Amino acid sequence: MRIMRGVAAAAACFACLAAWGTVAAQGQPGNGLDVGRQMLAEDNPGELWVERGDKLFHEKRGPNNASLEQCDFGMGPGKLAGAFARLPRFFADSGKVEDLESRLLKCMVELQGFDRAAIIGTRFSNLDRASDMEALATYVASRSNGMKMDVRLDHPREREMYKVGEYLFFRRTGPTDFGCVSCHGEEGKRIRLQDLPNMSDRKQMQAVIAGWPAYRGTHSTVRTMQHRLYDCNWQMRLPDLGYVSDVSIALTSYLNYQGNGAVIQVPGVRR
Amino acid sequence: MAEPMKIRAVLKGDVADIRVLIAHPMETGQRKDAKGEIVPLHFIQGITVALNGKTVYDGQWSQAVSRNPVFAVRVKGAKAGDKVSVTWVDNKGEKRTDEAAVAAAS
Repeated sequence: MRIMRGVAAAAACFACLAAWGTVAAQGQPGNGLDVGRQMLAEDNPGELWVERGDKLFHEKRGPNNASLEQCDFGMGPGKLAGAFARLPRFFADSGKVEDLESRLLKCMVELQGFDRAAIIGTRFSNLDRASDMEALATYVASRSNGMKMDVRLDHPREREMYKVGEYLFFRRTGPTDFGCVSCHGEEGKRIRLQDLPNMSDRKQMQAVIAGWPAYRGTHSTVRTMQHRLYDCNWQMRLPDLGYVSDVSIALTSYLNYQGNGAVIQVPGVRR
Repeated sequence: MAEPMKIRAVLKGDVADIRVLIAHPMETGQRKDAKGEIVPLHFIQGITVALNGKTVYDGQWSQAVSRNPVFAVRVKGAKAGDKVSVTWVDNKGEKRTDEAAVAAAS
């Protein structure tokens, strides 16, 4: 027997599953939406980004002809296992709370000698150009697969960022008077046919946190948490969220802490 | 240069379930880039799967197949350790071959 299917076909099928899945509650056994997600997860094209990230991470690149093997994600230089599970966290060398991508950016600039503005310019891929950042973030995060998200708020700056993130999550603002909580504070919300997780429910929060960076079928690429937040911000018609800005890291601190205990499985698969 | 494929081949009874992830832009020839110019057709035209050197699948693809496609084929009569080889050729003449061994059922 021969089977051929492309991800587009799977995505189209996913959309129709979503149509009748909306009525059913999330997470029930036999739910068509879950079946569709399961099918996508089994053959996740995001795995290709892990491979590419692996290569980019260990390769000597940039003006300094250096690899990222000396990059410190909080567990010591080059220690990747479990590092993502603890991010964002406070880093003494920068005096700031940093997330995965701000750390990668710092290493690409300081170790490899890349131009900061150039890296930020290519932070998100599009159909014409790949992004090294997306591949690297996916690779580093995937080194924590199977481990539990374990963000700690030991340092005063970590607590402060968490508090700011919490405030931002609940604060309504902008031309449409939207806040994260407008879409993610109640059960049963959706955008068109896309179910929105209720982030006041820890289980749903964990399901979100466990799977970012994620391969997005509609984008044909892996997207990172920074992109997710950037996109949410855009959907609320707010000014563009600065890449690795304090605002984005504060929100990530809040969300990841809320998702503590989630078993990391990167890359995830999203619509 | 084409990125490597990811091949998984697992035995289920005497049937090898071969799953291939391919990194390819699969341009349909209908998309325009940021400058408004049409991005030329660029898609995988031919794909073959061989088991221990014997072709078991020889397919012609079109631009209708998605970007970064997932491809699965089941082959009867396979044994653990059999060598799977997958080759694709696109309309620009680029090609790529990757190999994997059939793993016993886990």
